[in-house]
Amino acid sequence: MEKEKTKILEISKTEYIIFLGAAVLPFLFFNSFYIQGLLIFIMMWVMLGNSWNLLAGYTGQVSFGHAAYFGIGAYAAALPYFHYKISPWWGLLYGGLAAVILGYLLGILVFKLRGPYFALGTLATGEILRLVFGEEEWLTNGHNGILYTTTWVSKYPYYFIALALAILSILSVKMVMKSKAGFYFLSIREDEDAAAALGINTKKYKNISMAISTFWAGTAGAFYMIYMGFIDPEVVFALHNISIITILIGIIGGVGTIWGPAIGALVMVFVQELFRSAIFGLAPHWVSGLHALIFGLLVITVILYLPGGILGDWDLIANKFKFSKRMRSSS
Amino acid sequence: MEVFLQSLISGLLIGGLYAIIGIGMTLIMGVLKIINLAHGQILMVAMYVTWVLWKFFGIDPYLSIFITIPFIFVFAEGLSKYLLHPLIEKESILPENQVLMTVGIGMVLVELARSIFTSNYKSIHTSYTDKAWHVAGISLHVPLVIAFVIAIFLTIGLYFLLRKTDLGRSIRATAQDKVAATLMGISSAKITILTYGLGSALDAAAGSLLLPVYYLYPDVGPLFTVKAFVITILGGLGSTVGAIAGGLVLGVAETFGATYISSGYRDAVGLVIFLIVLVFFPGGLKRLTKV
Repeated sequence: MEKEKTKILEISKTEYIIFLGAAVLPFLFFNSFYIQGLLIFIMMWVMLGNSWNLLAGYTGQVSFGHAAYFGIGAYAAALPYFHYKISPWWGLLYGGLAAVILGYLLGILVFKLRGPYFALGTLATGEILRLVFGEEEWLTNGHNGILYTTTWVSKYPYYFIALALAILSILSVKMVMKSKAGFYFLSIREDEDAAAALGINTKKYKNISMAISTFWAGTAGAFYMIYMGFIDPEVVFALHNISIITILIGIIGGVGTIWGPAIGALVMVFVQELFRSAIFGLAPHWVSGLHALIFGLLVITVILYLPGGILGDWDLIANKFKFSKRMRSSS
Repeated sequence: MEVFLQSLISGLLIGGLYAIIGIGMTLIMGVLKIINLAHGQILMVAMYVTWVLWKFFGIDPYLSIFITIPFIFVFAEGLSKYLLHPLIEKESILPENQVLMTVGIGMVLVELARSIFTSNYKSIHTSYTDKAWHVAGISLHVPLVIAFVIAIFLTIGLYFLLRKTDLGRSIRATAQDKVAATLMGISSAKITILTYGLGSALDAAAGSLLLPVYYLYPDVGPLFTVKAFVITILGGLGSTVGAIAGGLVLGVAETFGATYISSGYRDAVGLVIFLIVLVFFPGGLKRLTKV
């Protein structure tokens, strides 16, 4: 996908430290399957967040239907297993490709639309797929879903696979955004007509952005199938739980920043689990029902006060806490 | 033939309700220039208000529109004033941040409903819930007929509000050209906030009218949000007449889809029509009627 390597990929020291830290993390929680499971989900959301961020945050095509690509990736892994007993692990190879093909086909339709219409168009495509996969039982086993006995009990291998994929997704976005294509993406986001007037083939570059984006969404879907061992259309094509949460991860972390989705994913999972566990059991039990509500309030607060997201408006946050001097001297 | 007529009539009746949901959405879209992705969730709030009024105070769901409409009007105006309006001046990378805010609002409303009323299905049972009139072999579901008639009155009322009053003229002027309207002395900020309340109030009326024929649960919100924008795109943006036609078309298309294809595809029919209209006939029915 990433053909346009005009510059060699640069990875900063901080990033190496973050990658290493992420690799050590599961060993710190060796006695808790629960936390290790959360870490795996964070990595999956990083993939999805990055996928959305490239298309929406960098290219300006705000997709409300990323569940379509996530779901098709999951089903690409699951269907060969369901019908022909082919291991879903192969899905990691073709889950992404299936999503790219779907993305290209849907792109023919939805790239005719702009702004809010694009958002609505993508939302509709995701919902249609959900309904179709739910109804066509001969193909997908409908709402009964597809079950697969997971390969390992231990969480470590899954974590490292997810971590590797998440890092690759971050690096791929970073690499693309340093290439010429990346600048074209930005110009399309800022003003599509002006970009076209300057001779940029906007259709082509929107498709490239879509292809990379859908690839990671599809891969995340295939990984979800392998890791969870169960999918049904309501889960993997969910409008709220996949498409909208993916957007919110991007918004919270910082739209159009490399590390924004990673931070968004971390915050989303952390806040939700903090409240789902009723603040580690310290708060009364009913608090655990509020996790989604708290996350929603967090989203509203971020949009209202940090329109650039946590990373995008980091200076604002830093100033609030009067760290401004230190920030300025370090940067 | 009988099945056909029956589907058509049922579709038109439910379509009348969809129409007022669509008019609310189209008003908001016309003036605020955003897609209100919390539209269905506001309808859900109205449905819960209606349910509480019926359950604890014994107020008939059709009478409760006199309470839900002003309640939701004030509520939505608050949302608009404190959450949506401040975003206009905020700089952000994506121009869609108001739309994303409505997503956040919708999410919070659903979760609030879930934590207060739980996820269980609720419905109300009145003396006329199961009644039907039979006319020439076609049965007319009484609550739907009443709702349809009330919906027509509301639509006529709104028509007069928009056409004959100063307020209505200001709303239409702001929808057409915000800058020009401001230059003519209309406080466009005020009108914008008010329109969100007005659009949501219509939505609230639809919620109260739907409750006797629909199940109520927190996730009913997103379902109606999708219907609302399908209607709006179908009818053409900002067109009230288009929204009425769009609502009726969606209602009929859904019942036909459920009758002739499969009941599971009921909701897919609307979405497919939506995509086709959006991509191939941008402008929707408005382009045909020019109203």
